[in-house]
Amino acid sequence: MTDSIRNITRTNISRRRALAGLGAGASLVAMPWIARAADDTIRIGFPTPLTGPFAAEAKDQVKSAELAVKQFNDKGGINGRKIELLVRDDKLNGGEAATRTLELIEKDKVHAVVGSLSSAVQLAVNEVTRARGVIYVSISQSDTINEVKDFSKYTFHEALNPHMTAGAVARHSFKKGAKVAHLAADYAYGHEMLRGFKRAQAEIGAETVGEILHPFGAADYSTFMPRLRSMRPDFLCISNFGRDQANSIKQAVDFGLKQQAKIVVPVILHNQRLAVGPEVFEGVVGGANYYWGLESQLPSAKVFNDAYRAANGGAIPTDYGAYGYTGLSSLLMAMQVAGGTDTDKVIAALEALKYDVAKGPQSYRKCDHQSVQSVLVLESQKKADMKSDADLFKVVANEPASEKVLRGCTELGFPA
Amino acid sequence: MDTELILMQLFSGVALGAILVLTALGLSIIFGMLGVVNFAHGALFMVGAYAGLWVASLTGSFWWGLLVAPVMIGLFGMLIEYLLVRPLYGRSIDDPLLLTFGLSYVLVEGVRIVFGSDGIPFPTPSSLTGVVDLGVGFFPIYRIFVVGVVVIVVLLLWLGLEKTRFGLIVRAGARDPTMMRVLGVDISKVWLLVFGLGVGLASLGGVLSGPMRSVNPEMGALVLAEAFVVTVIGGLGSLLGSIIAGLVVGIVISMTALFAPEMATIVMFALMALVLLIRPQGLFGKLA
Repeated sequence: MTDSIRNITRTNISRRRALAGLGAGASLVAMPWIARAADDTIRIGFPTPLTGPFAAEAKDQVKSAELAVKQFNDKGGINGRKIELLVRDDKLNGGEAATRTLELIEKDKVHAVVGSLSSAVQLAVNEVTRARGVIYVSISQSDTINEVKDFSKYTFHEALNPHMTAGAVARHSFKKGAKVAHLAADYAYGHEMLRGFKRAQAEIGAETVGEILHPFGAADYSTFMPRLRSMRPDFLCISNFGRDQANSIKQAVDFGLKQQAKIVVPVILHNQRLAVGPEVFEGVVGGANYYWGLESQLPSAKVFNDAYRAANGGAIPTDYGAYGYTGLSSLLMAMQVAGGTDTDKVIAALEALKYDVAKGPQSYRKCDHQSVQSVLVLESQKKADMKSDADLFKVVANEPASEKVLRGCTELGFPA
Repeated sequence: MDTELILMQLFSGVALGAILVLTALGLSIIFGMLGVVNFAHGALFMVGAYAGLWVASLTGSFWWGLLVAPVMIGLFGMLIEYLLVRPLYGRSIDDPLLLTFGLSYVLVEGVRIVFGSDGIPFPTPSSLTGVVDLGVGFFPIYRIFVVGVVVIVVLLLWLGLEKTRFGLIVRAGARDPTMMRVLGVDISKVWLLVFGLGVGLASLGGVLSGPMRSVNPEMGALVLAEAFVVTVIGGLGSLLGSIIAGLVVGIVISMTALFAPEMATIVMFALMALVLLIRPQGLFGKLA
């Protein structure tokens, strides 16, 4: 009895102590934010899926973004202010991304947000940034973000969008009367790419012989293969991303679909080609925002590659990695023009900006803030044709930057 | 819809089912004999794939990888049992569960540090590439080979457990370990071997899966979920249950892929929920 009473007293005291300790701890943790908000560093939030099936691409985004920040800091920052990149893992999850973004804005007091690597997750980030009036430069593919219901003056889309990517791949692959079978991931990216391809097919006169939506993140595609084969397509069009791309192409090849049809993908991924090897990807055609091999034709690509090599022990930048660089560079250049972080001035500077930091001339279209830029169509090389381990692709086409390949402003719902 | 396609789909389902059986066996054996829910199963599957790839690249032969890696990782599993799991016997079922859960993170991070987080190609052995005509459609030779391996492994397990003295001790030990001790059997040694066997099977699954998908540190996560679904449907601890459930799940996934492809993953969990509602102990499980 006495024992239990003593126990109760002891618990009470320790709980009170714990509460006091907790309070002290919380204020300690809170202090740096107050201190942070007062200093004059320019902080850029960078949510990206460091873990999960897109981790390889996310890591490259971070490396390239860090390079852009370092280059500006080495030149003395913006108006003497240093730039700090705050990278957060959004775990490829919209809820997680929204929470991290809110934290970046509320606690870390970031001046702008760049990042995300999923067509669905970027919309979650955009919801938060536009509600808080913070500039967001999205660097992964989406058509929806261009449309009036998701747009805000704070929203910029530096990446290609599915309409222009799928359009370019279709124009350089399909012929009139071609039969196309689609395998697409069952989420925003797959749906938007599918829509992009079908629209381009309608213009070309290529027929869709069937479409299958597969669950996002599936590891086994064997059960889809018999039906795809039975469609007898000339082209098998696989619209998915990250490891889904590697696994589905590998298994389509295992099932002998390459003998029957040409495999095309909206975006051909450097890291996934590395993950399954040249034999599997041989002859696969896909779009890209960037390929390091552009350096033989394009001075800006050469400068970017060399800087990246110097910063990363000789490694070359990848497609989605380059978005981290072009996206962040455009924002920092605009901040430089604006002389600081005043939101309205930076927005005006972004809208007026003409830049060429890696892939030829780029600029943001006024109505939807979509970056008008070149689109590459690449074909995966045969092993025997590769001049080095990094010589993965052949550039089949390089569509120059043009507003003509975008959907019109009125179609997106903007006033004419 | 033509019969050829449905037959082909059925065959794909059985082949997928065989792969699911392989991934579930190790989990099922360790739970059935030791009562340990091994949450590191998926991670050990992944470590097995990397070990197989490593041995294959050292020796230049897939076959060495296939033979050596499961033994290597099986021994590693015995080390895990001896050092980490053994002190927790006799405590609640949660303790080894939490331990192996933590272990899985350690293994995934460890592989990330050593091999990087990008995927690595695991080429199909050249003697098993290509497709074979089944009369109703084409199927990869490698997948047929995997089905063959699964059949052999299941047969060997059955013979080992039902027809040998060691199998008898293992089965008796699962029922009443105290009685086995009284009879003079060193049950700790038996558990050590059973744990090693379960882990070896997980890594065999990893090596065999390598050429069908890219090898990466997260490849075990989905496998763990699949293995759990199969063992729960089959009845936790029932070997026969795991085998039947694996085949049933494979066929159900395949048929769903034909008629409602976007449901192909979720259907597996729906099936599990249904089984849990109607028969909570699973198809072949005994009521506790």
